[in-house]
Amino acid sequence: MNELSKSNPVVFAAGLGKTYEAKGKKVVALDGISLEVNAGEFVSVCGPSGCGKSTLLLILGLLLKQDEGSLKLSGTDVSDLSQSSKSSFRAEHIGFVFQDFHLIPYLSVMDNILVPSLAKPVENAADRARMLLSEMGIENRCDHLPSALSAGERQRTALVRALLLQPELILADEPTGNLDRENSTIVLDHLAGYTDRGGAVIMATHDNEAMERTGTRIVLDEGRQISSK
Amino acid sequence: MNAKTLVIREILHRRWSFVIGVVAVMVSVSCLLGSLALLERFDRATEQELGKINSETEKILKGHEDGIRKAMKGLGFNIHIYPEGQDLAEIYSKGYGEELMPESYVNKLAESKIVTVNHLLPRLTQMIEWPEGETSVLLFGIRGEEPIAHRSGKRKGELLDPVGEGEIALGYELHHRRNIKEGDSVEFRGKTLKVSKVHGRRGGIDDITAWVALPAVQEMLGKPGKINSILALECNCESLDRLGEVTREIMAILPNTQVIEVESRALARAQARNGAKALRIQEMENFVRDREKLRDLRAAFANFFVVLVTLLSLVCITYLTASNVRERIHEVGALCAIGLSHSKVLQVILSRAVLMGLIGALLSVALLSICGVILQSGGVFDLIGFDAYSWTALIIAVPLMSGAAAWLPAFFGARRAPAEVLRNE
Ligand SMILES: Nc1ncnc2c1ncn2[C@@H]1O[C@H](COP(=O)(O)OP(=O)(O)OP(=O)(O)O)[C@@H](O)[C@H]1O
Ligand SMILES: [Mg+2]
Repeated sequence: MNELSKSNPVVFAAGLGKTYEAKGKKVVALDGISLEVNAGEFVSVCGPSGCGKSTLLLILGLLLKQDEGSLKLSGTDVSDLSQSSKSSFRAEHIGFVFQDFHLIPYLSVMDNILVPSLAKPVENAADRARMLLSEMGIENRCDHLPSALSAGERQRTALVRALLLQPELILADEPTGNLDRENSTIVLDHLAGYTDRGGAVIMATHDNEAMERTGTRIVLDEGRQISSK
Repeated sequence: MNAKTLVIREILHRRWSFVIGVVAVMVSVSCLLGSLALLERFDRATEQELGKINSETEKILKGHEDGIRKAMKGLGFNIHIYPEGQDLAEIYSKGYGEELMPESYVNKLAESKIVTVNHLLPRLTQMIEWPEGETSVLLFGIRGEEPIAHRSGKRKGELLDPVGEGEIALGYELHHRRNIKEGDSVEFRGKTLKVSKVHGRRGGIDDITAWVALPAVQEMLGKPGKINSILALECNCESLDRLGEVTREIMAILPNTQVIEVESRALARAQARNGAKALRIQEMENFVRDREKLRDLRAAFANFFVVLVTLLSLVCITYLTASNVRERIHEVGALCAIGLSHSKVLQVILSRAVLMGLIGALLSVALLSICGVILQSGGVFDLIGFDAYSWTALIIAVPLMSGAAAWLPAFFGARRAPAEVLRNE
């Protein structure tokens, strides 16, 4: 994990707003969202479908630009970074986990895990990948294609991919959405374990069990933050 | 794990669309190389055909030239020397002229250093009655050849049978009807002459000609010491303007004469040769013009065809790339989320198209060599005539073009906001 100065939160967002426009109609997806997430924190974002969870995660992951508000990640004001700076910032500081895994279908488990090293070459990436895979209990699936894996195994692979470069922040968008209880628990255990080692995790979910594993819960409704505890 | 692995695994994964792209490139490269080879083959066939026409012409002209040389050598060319005032129209209509010149002219010529004339035959001619034979006769007074004084004795035999003193030679019409034989005696204008020769039918004025020794004719016609022409035989000279040269030499010695060339076989041959040459040149020009027209047509068609096929294969690559990008939309989103830059993603997508071009170009060349081996025409490469530089340029240019064709869909694919595909649907 990259060294963080204690004073800087991993995420500092103030008054984030996002409005989509589709066919002339405005859809307010986020309205005045503020949050602060520190290293070691496990945060869940919940709320009904369409409340803006994914939108928030995409903005925090620099894949979408907010219309309003300011955003600092690991002490850097990221609002005005160029596209390529945002890319390298993501490679350096952020790991993504998606509900649909988004593994690359023609790469083996091992190669999928090593894709982040294309963005940011690191030493001993393969060793680290093997270590993480054995932690997840799928070290024997290294050479298999994603299509040969179960949903749980795929999500564990995606999780290893997100963890490879030891980012400060993991953004997980309904990581257990496609998993059974057993696999959900495994994934949540690993996310929690990661925060124990000093990483910050923000997870969008409407799974109660998942919410209960998190220390902080942000509840959204129609883009507005209705509670945070 | 590196970008190369990513690209190659993806190609293997979606191999059929890649194969289609490679085939499209192969088709257009093969069309290009094939049309180059065909045009070159056409040019070579033209050249070969031209060579054949040329050598045929050479042969024909050589035949003519040999003929001319032989004719020149055997006969040289012949000229008539007439008195200056002689109206040539009279000669052409009557067969001889009335104007006279001194017989001594012959001696003057013979004693001069004239180099171009071999034989000199003085003649006195006139159409007269042969009362005893009851017919008109062209009386031809001839003298044995006048030896050319300054030349040594090694001369060819007499050109014309001389008619001796008291002798007469008769044309066919003159002896045949009267049943006169060689050795007979005939009465000719009061003189008894011995027939030294009876000629066969020649089908011309010779058949009513009687040849008698010049002094006797001069006496018969009352024109002593006079002649009306000198026939100069076997005139030879190096230059092309042969008549001019002979004329100049003769005029220097006999200024009061005119010189006319006798139509000769050599002249006819020369004319025939020139005619044949002109005809062959015309033929060759026509051939070249026709072939050029045909070549232009072929080249225009080949250009059109190659451009069309190339455009189609580029469109094919553009389309394949667009559908590839569509298929990979989640993958591209994931790569962006992972932190790969747009340019890196673009590079990954374009590599596929560039590889299509490279493999397509290499396979076309390989296919061409295989075809060359199968058809046993190893000259395909020779026909295309590319040097190493051109081949390298081709192998570089084709992938670049293929990459350029893929650029637009790849660019928009890589720039597509990943948020849209990454938000859980
Ligand atoms: N490109 C878009 N154009 C218009 N509206 C959009 C667009 N993307 C999202 N929205 C709208 O923005 C709102 C928030 O969407 P978002 O995907 O963030 O919700 P969510 O909380 O993640 O929902 P879910 O739980 O179903 O994943 C929704 O009402 C959605 O319809
Ligand atoms: Mg969502």
